[in-house]
Amino acid sequence: MRTTKNLFVALVLSAALAACSSTNEDGSGDAGVDGANTSGVDASGVYTGRPLDNPNSPLATKVIYFEFDSSAIASQYESIIAAHGAYLAANSGVAVALEGHADERGSREYNVALSEKRAKTVQNLLSLLGAGGRQTDAIGYGEEKPAEIGHNESAWNLNRRVELVYPAH
Amino acid sequence: MVKPMKLTNKLIFLAALLISSPSWAILQIEITQGSSSAQPITIVPFDDSQILGGLPVDVAKIVSDDLTRSGRFKVLPRGSLLARPSTQSQINFRNWQALGQDNLVIGKVTADASGKLNVQFQLFDVFKGEQLTGFAIPAKKADLRAVAHRISDLVYEKITGQQGAFSTRMAYVASTKRGKKTTYKMRIADADGFGARTVVSSSEPLMSPAWSADGRRLSYVSYERGRSAIYTQTLSTGSRVKLKSFKGINGAPAWSPNGKQLALTLSKDGSADIYIYNVTNRSFRRLTTSYAIDTEPNWSPNGKEILFTSDRGGKPQLYKMDVNGGVPKRVTFEGTYNARGRFSPDGKSICMVHRVNGDYRIAKLDLKTGFIHVLTTGTLDESPSFAPNSSMILYSTNDGLKSILAAVSSDGKVRQKLRLLGGDVREPAWSPFK
Repeated sequence: MRTTKNLFVALVLSAALAACSSTNEDGSGDAGVDGANTSGVDASGVYTGRPLDNPNSPLATKVIYFEFDSSAIASQYESIIAAHGAYLAANSGVAVALEGHADERGSREYNVALSEKRAKTVQNLLSLLGAGGRQTDAIGYGEEKPAEIGHNESAWNLNRRVELVYPAH
Repeated sequence: MVKPMKLTNKLIFLAALLISSPSWAILQIEITQGSSSAQPITIVPFDDSQILGGLPVDVAKIVSDDLTRSGRFKVLPRGSLLARPSTQSQINFRNWQALGQDNLVIGKVTADASGKLNVQFQLFDVFKGEQLTGFAIPAKKADLRAVAHRISDLVYEKITGQQGAFSTRMAYVASTKRGKKTTYKMRIADADGFGARTVVSSSEPLMSPAWSADGRRLSYVSYERGRSAIYTQTLSTGSRVKLKSFKGINGAPAWSPNGKQLALTLSKDGSADIYIYNVTNRSFRRLTTSYAIDTEPNWSPNGKEILFTSDRGGKPQLYKMDVNGGVPKRVTFEGTYNARGRFSPDGKSICMVHRVNGDYRIAKLDLKTGFIHVLTTGTLDESPSFAPNSSMILYSTNDGLKSILAAVSSDGKVRQKLRLLGGDVREPAWSPFK
């Protein structure tokens, strides 16, 4: 069991490294990459702050975006979730709230359930990567707290999300 | 530099407040699609010449608006009135026949020495020249709107044979965004949108208003403590009780017709599932057990079945099952998205959110024929709620960037937008009969 888990972590982390370089090359593109864009940041100085604040770290990305009516994690976010999982595993005193959201289409309570399912999917991955049960908390807000106002694809793309909210962050 | 900015902001804020608060109560009704089968009726302005200073409300106008909104009547415009009779002897039926009117309503408001009002009205069959019904209703000035709705009910009932729902109310959610701060309000208004008042206000989302069967209490979902919880508020006192909440979702409350059980959604055991809360012994019983999303429960009018949304088949569809358990039966087969079903109070149909070519519309499923009738034409229509007499459906739709309430007759022939200025309004829930 433990070896399987470690193997999974190793696989996801290696994917993380691969994904990192590609993110630097391509800052735009797919829906939701806005939050993951790490290009154009001068990383020449010695970084001394929290790794969560390091713009050059995958930890800087704290929003995961989803497809319509789906709670599946797109491959480009696996590395980011892996980094957060590793960070939580290494810092057992740190907790993160996983706030799930849906776009406005369809019914509201179904969207609450869908957004919670998204948050729980992220939660399950983090726990597989070593985050303790008390370190993560999944909440579904449905369509009640849109990140972007607008009745169009671009707003919807930004609203189908899970936000990783670290305290005092 | 900083100070004047602040002042300006304050001034703008004040101006916005001044502009928005009165308009908050104004409701515009516009018929977007009329019905050719509507019955012609004349509502003569009520005679209030004996009232010193006149009346605060126009009773005949309220009755006219009610009957027009129902889609069942075509009210003669005031400009076309030939005469303004207030007693039977003043009516020349031939003139109203010539105008093609089927029915005529006249009325009179008088006051006694103590200032108590008496509202009397009579409904006539224009062709027979006979009174169909007539009443004298004692009233206070503050109750005149309610009296007018009562008259609408009596007229509607006499002519259509169906109980009128004009004296009922609706609950809805309103939200206003100022900068990054959103204020959520649960509001209650008369069924025509007037007399709106806030029953609870929060900086965190409020959702899913659900009336108790007796119309005295309203249950709803509030995120005020950071997570969802279900509250039940007694409307006359404003006092409320928080239902025991669990980790995860506490949502989608729905009262049973006998008022003894509350169906709700919890995700404490993993995925979202339907539970039945028993008011008498305060116990929770799990009804659905799938690994998929099961939510949005609704009771059949006889209290024996629960209708709900589930994506157990991959996409959200409606299912129903016995309230005591058993195997859920799929109800909807047409389309890839059917959610938030509501039984009509007469048990003959189900209304729901139905996706058609990427648009979300309100559709009605006839339970006898299995035929689905798409009733609305919007792109983001949601939260359908039947009138207690099954004649109309309230729902929310979008108008530009705003969310507004709208109503559609159950046959889809008459639609109207209820334009409530000053915020986004959604999730209308039509009250039961008083």
